[in-house]
Amino acid sequence: MWLLRFVPKKTKIDFVRVRWIGFIFTAVTILATIGSLAVQGLNLGIDFTGGVLVEVRKEEGSVDIAQMRETVGSLGFGEVAIQSYAGGELCAATADSCVLIRVMPEGGIAGKEQETVTKIREALGAGYAFDRVEAVGPKVSDELFNDGVIATILAVLMIAVYVAFRFEWQFGIAAVVATGHDVFVTLGLFTLLQMDFNLTSVAALLTLAGYSINDTVVVFDRIRENRRKYKKMPLSEVINLSTNETLSRTIMTSLTTAIAIIPIVFLGGPALFGFSVAILFGIVIGTYSSIYVAAAILLYLPPISGMTPDEDAAARAAARP
Amino acid sequence: MIALICIVATIFALPNFLPQSARDALADFLPPNTMNLGLDLSGGSYLLLEVETEVAVKDRLESMRGDLRKRMREEGIGFSSFQVGTDTISFRLIDLAQLDAARTAIGDLIGGNFGSAAEFTLQISDSGDAVLTLTEAARAAIASGAVDQSIEIVRRRIDELGTREPTIQRQGANRILVQVPGLSDPERLKALLGKTAKLEFRFIDESMDVTAALQLGPPPGSEVLPSEEMGPDGQPFQFLVQKEVIVAGDRLTGAQQGFDERNRPAVLFSFDTVGARRFGDATRENVNRLFAIVLDGVVITAPRINEPILTGSGQITGSFTVESANDLAILLRAGALPAPITIEESRTVGAELGADSIVAGTNAAIAGFALVVVLMLLVYGLFGIFANIALILNLIIIVGIMTALQSTLTLPGIAGIVLTMGMAVDANVLIFERMREEVAQGRSVISAVDAGYNRAMSAIIDANLTTLLAVLILFQLGSGPVRGFAVTLGIGITVSMFTAIMVTRLFVIYWLWGRKPKALPI
Repeated sequence: MWLLRFVPKKTKIDFVRVRWIGFIFTAVTILATIGSLAVQGLNLGIDFTGGVLVEVRKEEGSVDIAQMRETVGSLGFGEVAIQSYAGGELCAATADSCVLIRVMPEGGIAGKEQETVTKIREALGAGYAFDRVEAVGPKVSDELFNDGVIATILAVLMIAVYVAFRFEWQFGIAAVVATGHDVFVTLGLFTLLQMDFNLTSVAALLTLAGYSINDTVVVFDRIRENRRKYKKMPLSEVINLSTNETLSRTIMTSLTTAIAIIPIVFLGGPALFGFSVAILFGIVIGTYSSIYVAAAILLYLPPISGMTPDEDAAARAAARP
Repeated sequence: MIALICIVATIFALPNFLPQSARDALADFLPPNTMNLGLDLSGGSYLLLEVETEVAVKDRLESMRGDLRKRMREEGIGFSSFQVGTDTISFRLIDLAQLDAARTAIGDLIGGNFGSAAEFTLQISDSGDAVLTLTEAARAAIASGAVDQSIEIVRRRIDELGTREPTIQRQGANRILVQVPGLSDPERLKALLGKTAKLEFRFIDESMDVTAALQLGPPPGSEVLPSEEMGPDGQPFQFLVQKEVIVAGDRLTGAQQGFDERNRPAVLFSFDTVGARRFGDATRENVNRLFAIVLDGVVITAPRINEPILTGSGQITGSFTVESANDLAILLRAGALPAPITIEESRTVGAELGADSIVAGTNAAIAGFALVVVLMLLVYGLFGIFANIALILNLIIIVGIMTALQSTLTLPGIAGIVLTMGMAVDANVLIFERMREEVAQGRSVISAVDAGYNRAMSAIIDANLTTLLAVLILFQLGSGPVRGFAVTLGIGITVSMFTAIMVTRLFVIYWLWGRKPKALPI
């Protein structure tokens, strides 16, 4: 039977030697993320800012956005964002029939979110279906934000502790750096594209933290196995050998998960779009980081017990400016 | 064993795929439940309420102050500068000779005998300064009681609206989570929940003009309250009302919307016996005086007592519409909240959008499933078929467990199931890749299969446990849709360890046994 293979049977890519390409790529993505976070920050959703979000659909015909802007603007809420959006089947029937209205708490509505919703309903009048209405008070949004940050950091740390416990502490550090890298760079995707960052986005980041470590674990597992097998082999060669040996499964596991999630990107509707894009992006980044971040970091950490230290590699690393 | 698990799961999962008519026809011994749909799929409202428990604490302190004053007057103990703080009541004894008498009197009042803990602690200095402090335990008990009572009142108010199957649960120390499926216009519910509904019948203080009271300050024992009606200047009318309450809303036995003699909407009410007697006495002794019906500090109406009202029933008229009269009747029937409630968070999804999401989620899931199945078949052939059968079993078991546990399926939850499909076959990928490797090293078929399962195991367990760790944290963090995602992904991954490893191994062993192959088709 003919079977499909994405990776040749035996690869001999010298990952360790070309690691500087990886380092440059990693440095660029991280700098871009930091820069974008500093300049434009995250496009926080109302889960984290508080405020009001309403998705309305005109039951017949399309919405005159300029007029709606005037109607809602005259209510005196200050900062109001109004835009049409393409939703699922419901909105597809007529062009521009779905509109998203978002009122920021800076408009003086903090603590008065519920009244704001009522006023918008009254101002728009009949003929509109309110598909989604969310009003989040300042207390809840602050809590959600703090909880989200704590949960993400906690997840990365717990995974690192688990890996350190299962392997050795050097692997734990490499795992925390790799997982943190994946989460951070995915955050970069959110800030660069100014995608709406809400609770579901945090869910995507946490899932990613748990999943992107999988490839790393597979490589680490093989490094551990190979180091018992070839006691004399220098670390850089063990890493190279292990990465090559596991390459086909690293790619296959990422591929199966990626193709499962792709339909959600296109068919899942706006509520799941950011979530699925983030996970898809994270899967790709996670595969890359298992090889170029996690395994490479092992080279620069104190030697793993029972393994021949790779003095050569360390010396070369030190010599590089 | 494996077969048994699969059969049980199928029985639980089955109703989800049958139309209602077929479900009704199912035999009685089969579980008829389907999965619980989250509000984002069924449509409905999610409200997070916060009870202002400090108001309940304040009320307790105020009532204690009343008891204290009364008691000390009875005992003839002189006092001055009474003050109520956030959790203290303080005053000063005028005559230091009464120190011991005051101790005994207050000690009686705050109790703490017979093994029950006292609500207050008392400190009196030698200079006569007395401070009663509410204990931390009592404070917590009052707050907790207020939340419990609020949950009960909220439940009654929602039930009055006739909505189906609301979920009302306590969250944290002072919050209440309300979920009402199918309610797409929660504005009326929010208006109903936001009102304390503290109804009081009091006399109007006619000893002073309202404008004079506003300028000079109200006489002791009275206060100025706004009216519900607006004056010509766009500001509400003001009334000077006595603080003393004749009868309060807790003495009502019934309230309903009706019409007054001029056919305007009104609320008809009746008192219990105690309330009826008090109201009767008060009206008999005060014919021709004005009294006020006060709701949450606002005067609804201020009629004149034309004759004693001894029947124990009456009507409230005001600027009502039929709906607002009906709402007030609901509030009065359900009772007053022990403390005000604020709505901290509300999320509503329309039923149409929910239905749309179900279609979108299902389509995405089917497409994802098809892609995974085809990929596994192309890459691993026969073994891919084994993995695909295990994947289908995995899905059936997830649905079965979720139905049996009645956990909630949300839109992100569907994404969780899709993600599970991708992750579940990962275990098979690891196993099959390992087999390929072992075969490449020249091992026999049986030992390659054996090595594939054994050696891949530790990586599979590590990989799944790390994902479960993240899911666990997510479950703690999230509510509603996000929690639904954590639930499906968590169940999915756990089940996948069973199906992807045990089930496929079973197939592979049977295949080895039956065919005795010379080479692995992998």
